[in-house]
Amino acid sequence: MRKCISLTLLFLCLAPGYLFAETPEEKGLAIAREDDRRDNGFADFTASMVMVLKNRHGEASQRILRNSTLEVTGDGDKSLVIFDEPRDVKGTALLNFAHKTGNDDQWLYLPALKRVKRISSANKSGSFMGSEFAYEDVTSQEVEKYTYKWLRDEIHDGLDCFVFERYPAYQNSGYTRQVVWLDKAEYRLLKIDFYDRKNSLLKTLTHRGYKKYLDKFWYPDAMFMENHQTGKNTLLTWSDYQFQTGLKDDDFNKNSLKRAR
Amino acid sequence: MPLFRRGVPGPLLMILLGLLTPLGFSGSAAAQEFSGFATGEARLFPSAALHPGQDDQSASFAVQPEFYYEWEGGSSFTLVPFYRQDSADSERTHFDLREFTFLGLFEDFELRVGVRKVFWGTTEVLHLVDIINQTDLVENIDTEDKLGQPMVNLSLARDWGTLDLFLLPYFRERTFPGRGGRLRGALVVDTGRAEFESGLEEWHPDGAIRYSHTLGALDFGLHEFIGTSREPTLRLGADGAGNPVLIPVYEQIRQTGLDLSLVSGEWLWKMEALYRAGQGDEDYFAWTGGFEYTFTGIVDTAMDLGVVLEGLYDDRGRHATSAFEHDIALGLRLAVNDAASTQALFGWVQDVTRSSRSFFLEASRRFGNNWVLNLEIRTFMGQDADDFLFDLRDDDLLQLEMTYYF
Repeated sequence: MRKCISLTLLFLCLAPGYLFAETPEEKGLAIAREDDRRDNGFADFTASMVMVLKNRHGEASQRILRNSTLEVTGDGDKSLVIFDEPRDVKGTALLNFAHKTGNDDQWLYLPALKRVKRISSANKSGSFMGSEFAYEDVTSQEVEKYTYKWLRDEIHDGLDCFVFERYPAYQNSGYTRQVVWLDKAEYRLLKIDFYDRKNSLLKTLTHRGYKKYLDKFWYPDAMFMENHQTGKNTLLTWSDYQFQTGLKDDDFNKNSLKRAR
Repeated sequence: MPLFRRGVPGPLLMILLGLLTPLGFSGSAAAQEFSGFATGEARLFPSAALHPGQDDQSASFAVQPEFYYEWEGGSSFTLVPFYRQDSADSERTHFDLREFTFLGLFEDFELRVGVRKVFWGTTEVLHLVDIINQTDLVENIDTEDKLGQPMVNLSLARDWGTLDLFLLPYFRERTFPGRGGRLRGALVVDTGRAEFESGLEEWHPDGAIRYSHTLGALDFGLHEFIGTSREPTLRLGADGAGNPVLIPVYEQIRQTGLDLSLVSGEWLWKMEALYRAGQGDEDYFAWTGGFEYTFTGIVDTAMDLGVVLEGLYDDRGRHATSAFEHDIALGLRLAVNDAASTQALFGWVQDVTRSSRSFFLEASRRFGNNWVLNLEIRTFMGQDADDFLFDLRDDDLLQLEMTYYF
């Protein structure tokens, strides 16, 4: 049996290239799958986030948040985002259960009323805390949420990259397409150009300051989102990444949302 | 979770927390925080006062610091006092302990002991089933401000849902505007003469049980409350000088209620219903429900517009103890999604069978990182002599509030 497989492999290796001719769509999907595979196994992480929002006049305002994320095998991740600043929204928390297909489940905790409110996650293009990030940009990215098409390979920032397009497979996205630059060696997402519903360039996201965690996972320190149509931008910086902290399902329910700090 | 600002507790706090060690609250500090707000408020009533003793404007100041201490392992202590000083209404000048809570986080359950606030419900206009805490009515007639409720609350979160058991050993009386306050009836409610059906008065032990669960798109809660009604029945009486006043009577009730929300794409469907026995002569049923739909990125901007439509029903009709016995409410919520978090909520509550209606507008905007300006406008229209809000017919309100959060 083993011999048989070896022979098959040998045959395949020797076969002319056109037998393998992957369509650009297949190649794009294969890249996304490999990217996803490399992200698997982090178990959970916590991190601090600072967002600096700037308008076209350069006036800045700041948001401080914390994120805990739990990896869910076979489905999207569970995450809890807690707002620390501005102080008037301190204690507000967002619980998200991402799903590979269909809408995410979302609950918002409003500390002044002590109220947990189920919210619709369907409006994915809505602004996240007034920033240039939309909800669909900050929630868990699953392979199934897009269809793909590889465009070309090119050198970007001195790194050999795949350049591919992805098209939202979910309803109510603010985008027709996204062009993604991913480095071939480590599958680090370097840049995304977002095209709006009219297919005009809307925003560019740049990831910077990649560091390797657990000897395996590459996470950026900074995400810079620039809106080309409004002149506004948001710099999201991440710090205090901690992995495999022992978070459990119980840390992502409505009781934990209510006592989130 | 280990992500907290770390700090060293002050000496007084160390002593207080040291006393708790025998209760299982031991171990080193994981976090402590000091936060809160201070707010200045001006109220203008464009129409001349209807009832003697009332002013056409008032100024007010309130402060609510919050102290939070957390042990390694997640158990915590929260202290939130509140104080308001009001220029016009001595009843609105008041102190309340909003929270004084120990939360014990154990392997299989959460135990919350002390003074707390608990919210039940899903709808936006009327919080029908929200019964654990008493309403701090002098704060705002929207009934969203609550007095701290002493309780022992055991919460079990399991695969089959969450079960909450409440023992409420002490009852808090509702606050009502005094002689100098607007937004009240012609007769002042004399809170000093409150009457209770139970001989134990405010020491009657009340209890509640609530089961809640999430099944995919559906979130629901089912509860049973047995004890002192948070909502008093008002009886005509006389004060010490023989002047007519309203006397709040707190009856013993039994309430069964349901609240649910169902999300379906952009639609959020909500409902609350209750059946109450013991309040007045007859059992009654009340219901509220509707939907919320949000338009994202309206008119090619980053703004969101939420539309809320809710119906309100109370089968006591004219004898209902709320203004919402047969009404429809429309709400429009605009979120500008700018750095200042500018937002506005417009509401219109219309009686279905009569002309009585009320409108409100709440708008807010942040200035810098810590200041928030809040505008509130309320108006009451078409109120007939037998309408619930008839006595408030000239209490149209313009309120400005500047709050500093720290």
